[in-house]
Amino acid sequence: MVIGLGHYLTVAGVLFTLGILGIFLNRKNVIVILMCVELMLLAVNINLVAFSAYQGNIVGQIFAMLVLTVAAAEAAIGLAILVVYFRNRGSVEVEDINAMKG
Amino acid sequence: MMIGLEHWTLARPEIFLAVATALLLLYGVLRGEVATAFISVAASVALLATAVLLFTPYREGTAFATLFITDRLTTTMKALVLVGAAVSILMSRAYFEQVRAWRFEYPLIVSLATLGMMLMISANDLMSLYVGLELQSLALYVIAAFHRDSVRSTEAGVKYFVLGSVASGMLLFGASLIYGFCGGTSFVQISQALLAGKAEEIGTVIGLVFVVAGLAFKISAVPFHMWTPDVYEGAPTPVTALFAVAPKIAAISLTVSVLMGPFKPLFPQWQQIIVATAVLSMAWGAFAALRQPNIKRLMAYSSIGNVGYVLLGLAAGSERGVQSVVFYLAIYMVMTLGVFAVILAMRRRGIMVEGVSDLAGLGKDHPMLALAMLIFMFSMAGIPPLAGFWGKLYIFMAAIEAELFWPAVLGVLASVVASYYYLRIVKVMYFDEGTEALDSSSFSVNRAVAMVAAVLLAVFSLAPQPLSLIAEAAAKGLFP
Repeated sequence: MVIGLGHYLTVAGVLFTLGILGIFLNRKNVIVILMCVELMLLAVNINLVAFSAYQGNIVGQIFAMLVLTVAAAEAAIGLAILVVYFRNRGSVEVEDINAMKG
Repeated sequence: MMIGLEHWTLARPEIFLAVATALLLLYGVLRGEVATAFISVAASVALLATAVLLFTPYREGTAFATLFITDRLTTTMKALVLVGAAVSILMSRAYFEQVRAWRFEYPLIVSLATLGMMLMISANDLMSLYVGLELQSLALYVIAAFHRDSVRSTEAGVKYFVLGSVASGMLLFGASLIYGFCGGTSFVQISQALLAGKAEEIGTVIGLVFVVAGLAFKISAVPFHMWTPDVYEGAPTPVTALFAVAPKIAAISLTVSVLMGPFKPLFPQWQQIIVATAVLSMAWGAFAALRQPNIKRLMAYSSIGNVGYVLLGLAAGSERGVQSVVFYLAIYMVMTLGVFAVILAMRRRGIMVEGVSDLAGLGKDHPMLALAMLIFMFSMAGIPPLAGFWGKLYIFMAAIEAELFWPAVLGVLASVVASYYYLRIVKVMYFDEGTEALDSSSFSVNRAVAMVAAVLLAVFSLAPQPLSLIAEAAAKGLFP
């Protein structure tokens, strides 16, 4: 069987959906949410690289590099905010994030 | 040979802001906390100087291959964003000193966020769009949690971060699909592929829906608004003032230039989405705020409603529509900065208060401040002849010209409902008995900002013509 563009896009689509579901169904821990966000960004990278290889167009790979870099910065800032929050609240459980109701 | 670097001077304002911020950061690190007051003023001056640089001399074109574009629309929007950010830095001192979070990093992070906003306004490629948007968002996540000893501020930071990164992920997924189905990331390539019918239309539309969802989150349009009330309430008040103004204007400008630029050929598809979000935002902004005791949360709902009106102007898809969007945003910025200046001046025995009921008796104790607030509230409610009325009038005229009759009617109805809570604030200020007067201080930046904003609004109300001409010229940027 030849693995074509469609297969890559399906894998990326499934990963992306898992990431989104993980964020909205997860009721336990904020760290898991951070992991789900990374999963979404990686799904995007698979998409970009697959399209890039399929079209013989280098732009997608450059875009994937940018996404990787920004994702690292985003994880760093997210964890920093979580550490600050943990100092105040003593917990990173999703259900404890409720000082404001909305 | 330097390919694509020929017109780098078009990005002169951005480069200036980046260098100025880096130098001020260095100065702050070397001098420590004693330099905070200087850095705060210097960062505002740098932002205003960047705004001046936009016009001296004014130039148009694309730079860095096609990654970066400047035209009349981007320049006008950048000027609005820069002024909004500079004023919000100037207003922040009293609040942060009171909560012991007066640090030199704050103005610098705001400058960096503003740099990101300028880049996203000037984006002419999905890659520069993403990088600009993330530079802005990452900086804003940090300042939402800037009062780091407060549970509410850090919780606002966590919520904003989690939902913001989901939105970025969706936008990015859409961008990857658009890249794949149009064969390029540059707005020029996308536009050409769509016009020539070379793009896979279904795939591109799906990608566009993801991109619009991500952008709708950034401008807090319904149904992606759920973070707004919590973040506005939890974040330190000067940060809320910034959130309500600068990022919103930048993201709306980006939405306008993406939808009216490369995706103009898909207008029939995206018009439905934008009309639906516009109507929902207007209705939600009107109804959800009715019984809101906290004034920052109330302003969050008010901003959701205002975004609805702006999107209605965009949904018209015409030059008049873009003109009304620019006009509305300029007036919205002045009103919102004014309201937050009043909120920041609300202190009782040195403690900041933020309840609507704390405004009781303001009319007697602080007649000037109350008068300014009266002007802002009447203007937000859209009562003629105040500036907010002209803004809504232009929006509805553009919508009716585009035959969007029902959305326009719903918009007028929502504006009637919303005027209830704006007028309630006026009633509380003038007719309710206050328990204890708010502190009076002889002079403060916030009072000055409130007065200047009120005077500006009065001028716009009596003479909307000059502002309308500026907006018209800006809209020409998209319709050459």
